[in-house]
Amino acid sequence: MRNVLAALLTGVIFGAGLTLSDMTNPARVIAFLDLFGAWDPTLAFVMGGALVPSALAYVVTRRMRRPLLHTAFHIPENRTLDRQLLIGGAIFGLGWGLVGYCPGPALAGLALGAWQTWLFAGAMLAGMWLHSVTDLPILRSRSGLVRS
Amino acid sequence: MEPLDPFVALAGGLLIGTAAALLLLLSGRIAGVSGMLARATGIADSGPRRSHALAFVLGLPIGAVLIAGFVRAPDVIVTSSIPLIIAGGLLVGFGTRLGNGCTSGHGVCGMARLSPRSIAATATFMAAGFLLVGVMRHVIGA
Repeated sequence: MRNVLAALLTGVIFGAGLTLSDMTNPARVIAFLDLFGAWDPTLAFVMGGALVPSALAYVVTRRMRRPLLHTAFHIPENRTLDRQLLIGGAIFGLGWGLVGYCPGPALAGLALGAWQTWLFAGAMLAGMWLHSVTDLPILRSRSGLVRS
Repeated sequence: MEPLDPFVALAGGLLIGTAAALLLLLSGRIAGVSGMLARATGIADSGPRRSHALAFVLGLPIGAVLIAGFVRAPDVIVTSSIPLIIAGGLLVGFGTRLGNGCTSGHGVCGMARLSPRSIAATATFMAAGFLLVGVMRHVIGA
């Protein structure tokens, strides 16, 4: 139960941050992605601000045996750069640039009154489901391109 | 579109990072929105407990409402046509599952711990986003 409350609280803070920084406005995000036009640097400030507490928390976890409310840390340990990671990242980036929404702002934005947000979020869920039922050979093999 | 005060952008970023930090320190989890959504809806069958993922996902719009009600009225300007919105959503959903994360999981959480996968993923989706918008705006002229 305490972990449910922690998840809810962190979700609320996360959604507040996305909205305060205008990441819930696709036009703002596209203006940031318009590197070759009238570039709007807002998202760089958002990312910079977000990385500071996040990085500090990782430093603190090295001195902790376990999280405060849970039995173990669940931090991904995979360090292999595989095909899925890069193809997936590229597909995601194209969709992001097309509309200006990534998953966090699309979900936070559901409460901000634009019907387009609901349409996008529905399509995003459909895309996630499609991935779960797709079994293309090129996406299946977990062969690493670079091992570090 | 009015420029956003960089300090407001920075403050929003700090909130996002604080949320990621708290979730890690309290529950030991990565605040990755695409993974949380897949888990909350049952599309992913591993990860945090479904109830935890659902609570996180429900928190996002609540946070948006709090800012909209007490801090500033946010604009939501979507210029894409209906087919493009659908195509974009499908690509974002499929791509984030295939690549195991999005701007939050790879960008905010993974980059903060210098994960090579997250740095590569973030570089890739940023490059694809720059490329797409560059082509749409300056080649096709949409």
